[in-house]
Formats: sequence, C-alpha cells, structure tokens
Amino acid sequence: MAFEAGKGLTHLERLEAESIHIMREVVAETEKPVMLYSVGKDSAVMLHLARKAFYPSPPPFPLLHVDTTWKFRAMYELRDRMARESGMELLVYQNPEALEKGINPFDHGALHTDMWKTEGLKQALDKYGFDAAFGGARRDEEKSRAKERIFSFRSANHRWDPKNQRPELWNLYNARKAKGESIRVFPISNWTELDIWQYIHLETIPIVPLYFAAKRPVVERDGLLIMVDDERFRLKPGEVPQMKSVRFRTLGCYPLTGAVESEATTLPEVIQEMLLTTTSERQGRVIDKDGGSASMEKKKQEGYF
Amino acid sequence: MADLQESSYQADELIARDIDAYLAQHQHKSLLRFITCGSVDDGKSTLIGRLLYDSKMIFEDQLAALEADSKKIGTQGQNIDFALLVDGLAAEREQGITIDVAYRFFATEKRKFIVADTPGHEQYTRNMVTGASTADLAVILIDARKGVLTQTRRHSYLVNLIGIRHVVLAVNKMDLIGYDQAKYDAIVGEYRAFAESIGIGAFTAMPISGFVGDNITHKSAHTPWYDGPTLMHVLETVELNVTADQERKFRLPVQWVNRPDLDFRGFSGLIASGTVAPGDAVRVLPSGKTSVVSRIVTLDGDLARAVAGQSVTVTLADEIDCSRGDVITKEDEPVQVADQFEVTLVWMSDEALSVGRAYWLKMGTQTVSATVQAPKYQVNVNTLEHMAAKTLELNAIGVAQISTDRAIPFEAYDANRALGGFILIDKMTNATVGAGMIRFALRRSQNVHWQALDVSRDVRAGLKNQRPAVLWFTGLSGAGKSTIANLVEKKLVRMNRHTFLLDGDNVRHGLNKDLGFTQADRIENIRRVGEVTRLMADAGLIVITAFISPFRSEREMVRKMIPEGEFFEVFIDTALSDAEARDVKGLYKKARAGELKNFTGIDSPYEPPMAPEIHIDTARMSPEAAAELIIERLIP
Repeated sequence: MAFEAGKGLTHLERLEAESIHIMREVVAETEKPVMLYSVGKDSAVMLHLARKAFYPSPPPFPLLHVDTTWKFRAMYELRDRMARESGMELLVYQNPEALEKGINPFDHGALHTDMWKTEGLKQALDKYGFDAAFGGARRDEEKSRAKERIFSFRSANHRWDPKNQRPELWNLYNARKAKGESIRVFPISNWTELDIWQYIHLETIPIVPLYFAAKRPVVERDGLLIMVDDERFRLKPGEVPQMKSVRFRTLGCYPLTGAVESEATTLPEVIQEMLLTTTSERQGRVIDKDGGSASMEKKKQEGYF
Repeated sequence: MADLQESSYQADELIARDIDAYLAQHQHKSLLRFITCGSVDDGKSTLIGRLLYDSKMIFEDQLAALEADSKKIGTQGQNIDFALLVDGLAAEREQGITIDVAYRFFATEKRKFIVADTPGHEQYTRNMVTGASTADLAVILIDARKGVLTQTRRHSYLVNLIGIRHVVLAVNKMDLIGYDQAKYDAIVGEYRAFAESIGIGAFTAMPISGFVGDNITHKSAHTPWYDGPTLMHVLETVELNVTADQERKFRLPVQWVNRPDLDFRGFSGLIASGTVAPGDAVRVLPSGKTSVVSRIVTLDGDLARAVAGQSVTVTLADEIDCSRGDVITKEDEPVQVADQFEVTLVWMSDEALSVGRAYWLKMGTQTVSATVQAPKYQVNVNTLEHMAAKTLELNAIGVAQISTDRAIPFEAYDANRALGGFILIDKMTNATVGAGMIRFALRRSQNVHWQALDVSRDVRAGLKNQRPAVLWFTGLSGAGKSTIANLVEKKLVRMNRHTFLLDGDNVRHGLNKDLGFTQADRIENIRRVGEVTRLMADAGLIVITAFISPFRSEREMVRKMIPEGEFFEVFIDTALSDAEARDVKGLYKKARAGELKNFTGIDSPYEPPMAPEIHIDTARMSPEAAAELIIERLIP
C-alpha cells in the first residue's frame, strides 16, 4: 500500500499504521509478549501486520495456537506453513485435562469451549509466563467487544473488569502492570469485516481455503450446515452427508461452525457475497448464543478472548 | 444536495454488478472519526442506531434480535428502539444508560466512519474526553424541546478543550416541536453566542430527527425552510485532520529501535506530523545531534516519501544516539525541550490528585516521572468559572504546573496533539489517573545554564574518603528508628565516616515547621527531606534519615533522586501491637483517645516496603545487633 503523493491516507492505510503502532508499543513496553494465532482470517491479517511492523527483523515474539484438536484439517496445514514462512516460533497448547477426559463438541456442549479455549488459554499464558497477548478481536464483531479497550487489562487470574477499564486517550496506551497481571492487546480493534477482506485481497495474504466455496460433505443440524471433516464426526441414524458447494465466514471447531451455501471461489466474489448478505458474521457460531445477549461479555469476564 | 445522499443504496447496485469496481472505489475511501455528545435523553444512541441502519450496517439476525429486545426492554413501545443496538454492556442495558465509550463502524460510498459513542452526564466527563481525543469531528446534540442546556455548554467546552476543529450542532427531535423554524433559529442563535464566547469559531447547525430520520441521510420534506446539508453530507465531505497534519513540521517520536543485526539500525515510529524523504537533514531531540535520512524501510520496499499518519522505519547516515522517547525532526525545525510546564489536567481517578506526589507521565513514546503542583484553578465545566482548588477530584478539569524529572521534547497541545497530550499513571496501582495537555513551557531548558561545577560530587566524596550513601529508615512510630539510627551514626563516626542524621526533631522544628500531618503535608514533608538528603549526599555525606515515611510512592520518589546504588531503604519492622505496647512517647494512647488525628497505624495507613535493601525484624534483633547488620551491609 504505497502512499499516493498529494492525497490523504486511505482508511486502510490509517488502520494499518494504527495496528503497527500498537504492536510496536507492546514490544517496547512489555517483557514477554505472544501473538494468539487462531489461523482464521483475522489472525492472518494480524500476523501480516506484525511482519510489516518489525521488518527487517522477524516479529520478536512467538505465535501461540490454543488448540482444541477439533479444528478443520485445512487450518492445521496453513498454521504450520505460516509458522515456517514467517520464521516465528509456533507454540501449540492443548489443555491436558481436556485431552485426558476426551472433551469434545458432541458430548460436552459449552464445556468444550470452556475447557479447551478459555481454560486452555489461561493455562498456556501461565505456563509460559506471557505478560501480553495479541488477539485478533474486532470491535464490530459483537456489542461487548465494542467497549473493550485496545490494551485490555487482566487480573492475575485473567479476569476482565468491564467497569474498571483504563481510559485510553489519543494513541497513548498504558501497558504498566504488577507482577502476575497481564494485558490482552487487540491491534485490529478498529477494523471491520470488510476491511479485513479488502486488506487480504490487496496484500494477497494467504488464508485457509475453507473461506472459498467448494463441494464439501455437510449435514444440516439446528439450521446450520456442518461439514464432516474427519471420521470422528458422529452421524445420527439415517443422516447422510450431502456434497454441497459451501464456504465458511468464520472458522472454529469444525463441528460447531456453520457453513453457508455459496458459489464464491475468488476473494472479490466472497466480498461480494458478504456485502450483499443479510446476516452477521458471528451468526454461524454456536458459542455466542449460550445465555442470551450478554453471553460474550460474561465469557470475556471469565477469561475467554 | 439530495443526489449525494443515496450512497448505500447505489453501493448495493455496484456491488452486484461490478465487485472489482466497487472494491477499487472502497479502497480509496478516507476515514473519519467522530464523537456524538448528548445525554441519553437527547436521542444520541437513537441517532447512531439510525446512521448504522440507514447505511445498511445492521444485518437480519441483528435486526431480529433488536426487534425482540425492543419489545422486551425497549423504550419506544412496539417500535424499534435503535438505542439498544449500541448500548453494549449488560449493566448499561439494564439501567438504560451508556456508561462507557463504545466504538461503532459504518461506511458510505465516500468514507468509512468510526463513531465514539460516549455518555453525556457530568460524572462521565472522563469517558467523553477519552472518546473526543481521537475524533476529527463532534456532533453536539440538543433536544429541540429543551434548547441549550448546561450539558450542551459542558460538551462544547470539552470538545473545544480537546481541540476538535469541526463541530456540528444537531437540533434533534424536531418532530416533537412540529418542525418549528422560529424555535430552531432561537436555539441556534443562543448556541452561537455561547460558542463564540468559548472560542468555537465555526459550526454547522441542522434540524434533525434521529427517530424519524429527518436530514440524516435524506433532506427532509418536513423542513423546507432549511437549505443546509444533511448530517451525512457533512460527515462525508468535511476536511480531515490527518490531511492537515501533513502540512506541518516533521515530527517522528521514536517508538522502537529495530536492530536485527549489527549492520542495520532503524528507528520505528508513527509520524506525528509533516513529511520525510531520504536525503533530509534531521535532528534528534533532546540530544540535538544531527544526521541525514538514508532510507525509509518497509516490507514492500523502500519508500521515496512518508507522511503524517504512517508507521515507518527510517535509517540514518550516521551512528548517532537515538532511542525510544526521542523525537526526530528536520535539522532546522527542532522541537523545544523543557522540564516544567503549565498544563490543563482532566482528572480520571476516584482517588484525587496528590499534589507533590510523583506520577508516571507518558507522552508520545516517552515515559518520565512527574509531579504536579497545587492547581492554579479548577474550571467549573457547567458555568466555565475558575474556582480555587487544592486538588482535582474525579472528572475535575484544572490548570496546574507540572515538573518532569528530566527535560523532554514537546510541543504545545494546540500545535501538535501527539507531542503535547499526555496521560498520568499512578506508580503504585498502575492505573491511568489523569490526562493532560501542555499549554506552554514555564522555562525552556536551552535557556537554563547549569553551573558547570569543577568541584564535582565525586571530588567532594573523595576528600572524605567515602562513598556517599542514604540510609532511609522507615517504620511505625515507636518501632525504634531513631534509636537504631543513632547507634548507626555513632558507629560510623567511630569509623571516621562523615555523616548526618535527619529526624523529626531537627526537621519538624525548623525546615518543616509550617507542615502538619495531613496526607498532603506528609508528602511535602518527605519531599523536602528528600531534597535536603540529596544535597547532603551531593556534598559527599552518608545521610541517615529517621521518619515514619508511611507512603511507598514518596519513598520511591526519594529513591529516584539519589544515584543508583546509594539509596538503602531500611525497614524497621515492628508489629503495631508491639509499638503500641511500648508507646514511649504516649502517642498511641492519645491517638486511640482521638486527641491525635492522622496517626500512622491508627487512622492513617502505613505501606510497608515491598523490597527494602535492609529488613530489621525488631522482635528478633536488639538495636545493637541491628546497627551492626546495617553497617555490614553499607560497608561490606
């Protein structure tokens, strides 16, 4: 994105500069930062911005994937490839208790997210002693996110206190904290879904192919199209996967992530569908719906990203 | 004018017909950040909800949830309550008010927008200031039925204080006054007189209804007498701050030094103003060293020019000292450097400003220790009167002098937000407790000529054959500080060391006899003792102090005054019950009887040291043994 002489910056140039500024602040002011890498499109953009922020140095922190063992296979492939290409260390963490108990999305419902993701994240941060963690959350995703700071302070037991957030003025971020406390940092807070797609398009950032339409085996459950990604998927009696041309707007654990029927095989087509669609991005996620409209706020207080 | 208002609907058609053309158009959009000011009754959330709705930023599933919520907890009967779209946190939804700053996003054919949605009540001044700090434009909402209110004045004052150049006066709820032009004109006239009195030169006024949608994206048929622009038109066409910033002098606060190997040293930062190109002669402040820009390095190749608002990495032709906190400027356009300023402060913490206490001051990329003096005055944000003030409470705004522990590069806030706006951080809790804007420097450092002393502190200490040191005793009244300090001094003198003991008796009766025992006086007491201690250490002495010094931050303040390695915090650790049982001077008895106020341990707190250099547990050690231990640590 080279600047054009005689013109102001475009919105994407301003957003890019802001995100880079945030990442450099964290590296300058914290002891042991880490980047949460979930392999989705937001993570892809965040990783790309980090490479820009510190070039010609590699980003001076590792990538951390808090794994649930239930991600799409294509996500694991891209994760390993991006770690190789960026020259960054990749840490994969799986909650040993969840692993031992065989926690899975079929039998354990909300516990699945709680143990693998919320608990897994806390354990991983404690294990490595990270005092700052970059996350790819955006304020346009969900109402409680809209009020979260860019530098979001966490107590020693990872709690978020929405009533007691530090004022964030101009581009001055307060990264000071006591021992044991940490901050979650959201460098792409001010990006929208469209910004993310457009930036991926302009910068040709690699993303998981699942974002593009292809014939995939799916079953319909509770109004969602769920892809049968491996042999662990439990089909109900009489249930037969159908081959449908589908793609995903967000990526998570494959048994919990709804696909949309689509013919969009290129980025402009994906963006076109997104712009003409009439449902919001998180609509394909099962997890936001537990507990009504305040559920994400509650999860975040407990330590979910 | 109406043809400019159809944006979102035209966009849909273009998206469907030619997505590549739409993307090319979208790529070149600029970004406007704005704030809406008004209380919940003025229809602020409704207006934002309306902007989102009209620019098609609300999806079907959100709309369905909104309709359900509107019926359950909405305030608009069976109609859609747009306010529910934007009131995010659960507590706010229950109370029906907006507590925090929330950010909303929408786009039209011309621009992308970020709206800071902030509460209007006086107790949320800090939230409004936070939201305003990143805004290019402010929409000030007035309820047409109520006209210009106290809160309108407060919002306008804050908007002007933060330096937002573009102001829109939106007279809302016109539907509820029958679109009465005379009433509208009267409100605008009254506002104009007020705006001029506080220095808001120009503003755009318009009659709107967020609920009905009048003059939001479409010119309303209800107001044929109004020939000005719609709100959306103003938002889409107003000039942006970032464009103006490019015309100013070049300022790059260095954020991070990029050093992948010995051959590369780049200086990374967000350009605060101006432009830069390879070959430019530059100067680094505060050192004043000069060099020439060699390259502007990015992942996508070197740049021929970079401008305000971009995050860049530059390399210089010479190996000069330059680190985080420094500011790179053009060689012949340096910024000033100073360590004392007059500032406007907005206090943001439940705990009031502590005059004389050291806070962290973060401005640009530099963090320094700073102390605030008693405010010259506090501004009554409702009447704009100046009032006398001894401190600043939560949400108070005042003007005060501030000193930093070293000279820093700066510009007046009016000239450059990035180099004149700062936050204050409590050193103990790490909370952001205040925000400030530099008005001017009280004393420019380049005009101060420190007397070049040939007789240095090393020379003085050398004459005495010793290393200067400070033994700072702290502990409860009656812990035994003076007893042990006296023993230590006697032993040192016997070892031919040059010492001085400062304690309550020789300080409270002279230097500090004007001070009492309130928190502010205790802080000032320790500050003065700290300064005297520093002078004596500079004179080459071993200084022993014996004061309760109950607050960590004051002890930290003194530690910072003394060269590293010369300050020894000596914690005389006695249980309160033991000190009280001993009660040599009978003070605890008086304090318990209520005859002594603010007595440490009784009705005033003692904050024990976290990591003292020397820790004396009086339950396990005699004063004699304690004195031996201290000397052993001081002179190994």
